[in-house]
Amino acid sequence: MEMEIVEKITNGDRRAAAKLITLVENNFNQAREILKKLYNYTGNALVIGITGPPGSGKSTVTDKITKILREQGKTVGIIAIDPTSPFTGGALLGDRIRMQDLSLDKGVFIRSMSTRGHLGGLSQATQATVKILDALGKDIIIIETVGVGQSEVDIVKVADTVVLISMPGMGDDVQIIKAGIMEIGDIFVINKADKEGCERLTTEVEMMLDLNHNSRWRPPVLKTIATDNVGIKKLLEEIDRHIKYLKESGELEQRRRESAKKEIFDLIQGQWKEILSTFVDNGFLNKIVNKIVKREEDPYTAVEKLSSVLVHSYTQGDIKNDRKD
Amino acid sequence: MEGKKIRVLIAKPGLDGHDRGAKVVARALRDAGMEVIYTGLRQTPEQIVETAIQEDVDVIGLSILSGAHTHLFPKVMELLKENNIEDIVVIGGGVIPEEDIPELKKVGIEGIFTPGTDTHDIIKFIREKVK
Ligand code: B12
Ligand SMILES: Nc1nc2c(ncn2[C@@H]2O[C@H](COP(=O)(O)OP(=O)(O)OP(=O)(O)O)[C@@H](O)[C@H]2O)c(=O)[nH]1
Ligand SMILES: [Mg+2]
Repeated sequence: MEMEIVEKITNGDRRAAAKLITLVENNFNQAREILKKLYNYTGNALVIGITGPPGSGKSTVTDKITKILREQGKTVGIIAIDPTSPFTGGALLGDRIRMQDLSLDKGVFIRSMSTRGHLGGLSQATQATVKILDALGKDIIIIETVGVGQSEVDIVKVADTVVLISMPGMGDDVQIIKAGIMEIGDIFVINKADKEGCERLTTEVEMMLDLNHNSRWRPPVLKTIATDNVGIKKLLEEIDRHIKYLKESGELEQRRRESAKKEIFDLIQGQWKEILSTFVDNGFLNKIVNKIVKREEDPYTAVEKLSSVLVHSYTQGDIKNDRKD
Repeated sequence: MEGKKIRVLIAKPGLDGHDRGAKVVARALRDAGMEVIYTGLRQTPEQIVETAIQEDVDVIGLSILSGAHTHLFPKVMELLKENNIEDIVVIGGGVIPEEDIPELKKVGIEGIFTPGTDTHDIIKFIREKVK
């Protein structure tokens, strides 16, 4: 059954891929067995991250670079992430509006995704989805992050090349690309170069890069007008150059190690959350809370004991409804 | 990462430029906790069906105010059938005369919502159809 789905996906079945992505989002436990088998068919795609403030042109740039990649004969998978409303749990996923021409191209697969409360600018399902699109045979996978502020920097751990897009005219320009997010760009794009303030922003970014960069790769700063396709070819050339640098310097392997590490941490967290919720569901938590409130036990000792019980139960495959003291 | 979310594609087929209603519905569904994919104006039925496949939506919501529904709605249903897709609920809305509704229901559009519809009714309808 799992192998059947894997086979469908590696044979290019878009529906099977789409359904597996949904399963990853909704019920990871059921997806896990399939993902295990899928893993052998992954590792071939290059992953490009497109990030930057809301409205800076991430989707438009993604659309335009995809068109050139298609002319070069490459297939493309796109994961477009938008935020989930913390109040209603709903989301309006509108990145496809800028990618309308791509929807009938069989060499392109686009999936819109919401963060579902996950912090960091990506969704929990992003890394598994990269693998699914990779197994589906896509040569290049582009991840468009949510519109970022200063702490949404997870993309750096998932993508091989990170393109940081900003635009002039957002008030205090540099404020937007300051702090954390400045460090994650491998390529800087000043989009909307048709607008006033482009030169000044470019100069400021160049200056900050001169002060800050300390690796062998000095991020280039490019100007684009994505809506008019201006500067997009050059952007792709720079992406190519960066990938080449990654391969030659050995940094590609290093980045993929970081990516694997992040995934392990995320998966462990996910699994522990699940164990904890089973434990809460079983009314187990209440017993301990009672003891603590009655001062029969302090919370520190309780958690210490609990951790060892949980680890033990997990390795035994189930969590029992009582605790041996 | 757990738990099902209802995913809805709101699409405007054809050349009709009236998008207020589609946006009102998209926002209402989002506020009801659904994940709404909005693709913008001027979509062909082919684009709509392909998008629905890639996004693995539970519901396709079509919006037309121009009068082209008698042609475009059945075309979408036809393409779904060609692709062996039977698990997507299709609904429609906009300026649709009463007398056209039975024909649209016959081809498989499960709900039609005309001007003045309270969006709560749309939300309720979707929640009942998508289990
Ligand atoms: C506002 C309006 C415009 C605006 C549109 C602005 C915009 N961006 O949307 C403007 C001025 C641009 C415009 C232009 C035209 N319009 Co006009 N317009 C209207 C008007 C007055 C209101 C539409 C509206 O926005 N309603 C408010 C929204 C919230 O309601 P709604 O769209 O009906 O949506 C509700 C339901 O229908 C339903 N619904 C809608 N979509 C969906 C989707 C799903 C999935 C679901 C579940 C429910 C659902 O739920 C919504 C909430 O209740 C209608 C008349 C009318 N009373 O409907 C004419 C009307 C639609 N227009 C009409 C015409 C003819 C035109 C023009 C051709 C006029 C011209 N000769 O230039 C142009 C064409 C524009 C184009 N490019 O297509 C005709 C259409 C005739 C027909 N169907 O045979 C109408 C019916 C007026 C009339 N009585 O003649 N129009
Ligand atoms: N003037 C100008 N407008 C542009 C340019 N690039 C994109 N836009 C417009 O800017 C708006 C936002 O573009 P998007 O591509 O949706 O931006 P985004 O970063 O994906 O936005 P979010 O996903 O909402 O964060 C759209 O109206 C685009 O048409 C450009 O180079 N110049
Ligand atoms: Mg976007």
